Amino acid sequence: MTTEIAPRDVTPPPLQAPTAKEKKYDRQLRLWAASGQRALEDSHVLLIVGDEYQGSNSSVAGVEALKNLVLPSVGSFTIADSAQVTVSDLGVNFFLDSDSLHKSRAEETRRLLSELNPDVTGHAITTPLAEWLPVEGSLKPYNLIIACAPIPSEILQRICFYALQSSIPAIYVQSAGFYASFSIQLPSAFPIVDTHPDPESTQDLRLLAPWPELDAAVDSLGDISSLPDHDHGHIPYILILLYFLREWKANHNGNSPSTFKEKTEFRDLVRSRARVDNPEGGEENFDEACAAVLKSITPPPIDSGCKEMMAMHLCTSLSSDSANFWVIANAIKQFYETHGVLPLPGSLPDMKATSAEYIKLQSLYKAKARSDVAEVTTTVRHTESLLSRETTIPESEIEAFCRNASHVRVLTNPAHEPFPSLRLGSGDHKTISRIASLLENDWEALLPVFVGLNARANPSSPLDVTALTSDPELLETLTKATAEVERVSGGELHNISSVIGGMVAQEAIKLLTRQYVPVDGTCVFDGIRSKSGVYKI
Amino acid sequence: MSIPISSLLTNGSATPARERWTYLDRVLSTTSPYAGEEFVPGEETIDALESSRVLVIGAGGLGCEILKNLALSGFKDIHVIDMDTIDVSNLNRQFLFRESDVGKSKAEVAAAFVEQRVPGVKITPYNGKIQDKDEEYYMQFKLVICGLDSIEARRWINATLVDMVDMGNPESLKPLIDGGTEGFKGQARVILPTLTSCIECQLSMHAPRAAVPLCTLATIPRQPQHCIEWAHIIAWEEHRKGETLDTDDPEHITWLYNTALARAKEFNIPGVTYSLTQGVVKNIIPAIASTNAIIAAACCNEALKIATSCAPFLENYMMYTGDSNDSGLYTYTFAAEKKDDCPVCGNLSQDITIDPEMRLEEFLASLAERAEAQLKKPSIRTEAKTLYVQAPKSLEEQTRPNLSKKMKDLVSDGEEVGVAEAAFQISFKFRLVFGK
Ligand SMILES: [Zn+2]
Repeated sequence: MTTEIAPRDVTPPPLQAPTAKEKKYDRQLRLWAASGQRALEDSHVLLIVGDEYQGSNSSVAGVEALKNLVLPSVGSFTIADSAQVTVSDLGVNFFLDSDSLHKSRAEETRRLLSELNPDVTGHAITTPLAEWLPVEGSLKPYNLIIACAPIPSEILQRICFYALQSSIPAIYVQSAGFYASFSIQLPSAFPIVDTHPDPESTQDLRLLAPWPELDAAVDSLGDISSLPDHDHGHIPYILILLYFLREWKANHNGNSPSTFKEKTEFRDLVRSRARVDNPEGGEENFDEACAAVLKSITPPPIDSGCKEMMAMHLCTSLSSDSANFWVIANAIKQFYETHGVLPLPGSLPDMKATSAEYIKLQSLYKAKARSDVAEVTTTVRHTESLLSRETTIPESEIEAFCRNASHVRVLTNPAHEPFPSLRLGSGDHKTISRIASLLENDWEALLPVFVGLNARANPSSPLDVTALTSDPELLETLTKATAEVERVSGGELHNISSVIGGMVAQEAIKLLTRQYVPVDGTCVFDGIRSKSGVYKI
Repeated sequence: MSIPISSLLTNGSATPARERWTYLDRVLSTTSPYAGEEFVPGEETIDALESSRVLVIGAGGLGCEILKNLALSGFKDIHVIDMDTIDVSNLNRQFLFRESDVGKSKAEVAAAFVEQRVPGVKITPYNGKIQDKDEEYYMQFKLVICGLDSIEARRWINATLVDMVDMGNPESLKPLIDGGTEGFKGQARVILPTLTSCIECQLSMHAPRAAVPLCTLATIPRQPQHCIEWAHIIAWEEHRKGETLDTDDPEHITWLYNTALARAKEFNIPGVTYSLTQGVVKNIIPAIASTNAIIAAACCNEALKIATSCAPFLENYMMYTGDSNDSGLYTYTFAAEKKDDCPVCGNLSQDITIDPEMRLEEFLASLAERAEAQLKKPSIRTEAKTLYVQAPKSLEEQTRPNLSKKMKDLVSDGEEVGVAEAAFQISFKFRLVFGK
């Protein structure tokens, strides 16, 4: 072996040794990378707790959510809570201590949360909501609002309106006894490039649409039956499949195997050409090829989310102030219309092959991906000049988009709908009939938890559950769920608030980093049955 | 130790001492149609909760959350075991620790913090291994909650608790609540040893990652991971023989990184980084505060329900996925099955199909990768004779020649063998069926 070994007494300093910060955040950087971390650190989250005293006002759920954002280093947080700390707060909120009693709850939770991470700045607003919220620009510093129930409807309305107007997401959290829920109000369009799809589903090998260089690699194999055993046993399975696809097509009027039956026959063909008279009694690369037939002999993938994106008005009609996302999306759409496929992601799974052959194949995929990025970039630059845009979209942003193109998602809130709790509280008929119809197919029976939590969304006129269903059994479930909430009169159970606070923090991270796919709607957690459900109400 | 509760909740108003627990008491002192039949709202239940001694295994990401949650669920007598000391990379989620605590015992720092924050709770730390403790120790607890990242430790405590069950003594059955996380995903499960599906029954749901064949590492590397594994498994042994690799020693990691980098360069393989090197050799699992919070709280919610009967407890598995591309997040709650051929709680043998031409050595190595076994240092015997044992040394030497013998020369088709691994106190019964 000729590999160079670093002599041990002169080990050079590592070129990429982690910084103190990389060490501290190592376990999360492996999920959302430096780009996600930067977005998180540039964020300022506002937590609003309602003024009207009702138990603990879901404030523990809110504070627990903040804890899970302070630890990974959100830039800043502000707690708006006008309450004074009571003795009962001490039994349910971990971020208060005996010294906190009768002091401002916002200030005290800020103090103890701030201890968790010196990299984070915390603020407290102790005046009542009705005083500071209406002031011009009061919500300007924040790019995510988490509101803890209950909040009077006129104030909640103001929060929803502001968030929609300034295109920031907002989350409404409710927790009482064993039940909890959160709803996310998205801006009218919320695009996500880095959705972190399952790596299995992102494979795009282009077996049915090889480009010329990939075809040339198959040509260069020659007649594989004449190869010596070692070479034959190390042909990358992708080339094996392409090689036999040619043979298949020659015998099937130029068609590729498309039905399940044809694919099975094709797999048998590949299997029949594996050598079994070698010392190993079989060939791993042929095994891999056979295993990949059903999954990989498919047209290049395009997710429905990407198709929806290309059809959106924001994608088709750009303006000089369109977001970068839409300028690139438009270029991707043009690419798709020209070539019938999306830009190649360019990644290659590991497979049995010699090092040199594998790297050669990997380079082919990477080169094709780079050339697709170049084409999209040209379109983007052209658009930029047509629209006289002042800033140039960074190449890295275009590249990231191309790499994830098939899995890009745009969540929307076209009707500018505020939180369902707010709509329900105002007796909105559409919301009531939507809940009624959701209840009909609610197999896991989790929607009653939401109904229970919101039965008193409007304190002056409690929800009439008979308006939601005529089924006596379901009616009883709804009544029981409502009673379950009533018996705790707004008191939180720490565990339940910690579960929902954890979920809210995960969603906040997704919303702030613009990575992963957030919950589009309402999530409920039932701590009695240890189950959760997601609904679009 | 327990607070006077004679005047508790008379006329619906709490005594000053109990006022702190107003919200918890609303759940524990009122009836609910969802509560179990045995639930008695009020002081009897509260008293039972406060006198329940519980054990927390692990004071890391999950453990910190679990201690906080138990203390705020009304438990007063909590023990915690952890053998680790605090590392700087823990601080992004293990919220009971500060930078000044780096290097100290996790169990001790966590216990002191929660005791100080929640007056009236007693937390007894033990800075050491769960294997240091015997059955008598584990017998004192009402239930056990695990927040571990090690499969081995989970298997050990699971086998120990199953073993402790004495049918004549209901007190010997200790419910085990187990939490685990990876990135945005996790699971919470409740195990009633011998009665419901145990950790060993569910082992194949947590299959180990397939190892890269040695010949790939040695001759045809293709991925950066292959170069790192080569440095880790082959080059270290060759060039730093006799030195124990310490994956926490930056000099060691740096050496592996540089060695892997040089090999990658030779084969034109891109992508070897310091961070990846660390990830591969330490088998780092991504971990975030929020997932730990969800899973730990789900576990403690079950603990509260089990200790008080105020609501039915989980039967028996809740899988949590926070990074779903379809719905954002989802949970799947189901009853995992108890297996009759579970080596810990079942009594039937498991069928394993083996190639009769395989050598004993290869068979034993294959047990590490089999999802249902995951044994790294197994010993094996048939009814009649010992085929191979890892220890003591004399016996190991005596049985070593069998390693190179073919299976067909050691056992007959369909013969039952016992396979044991000291680390888990588990003995597998396999029926070896010849085939291919
Ligand atoms: Zn079992």
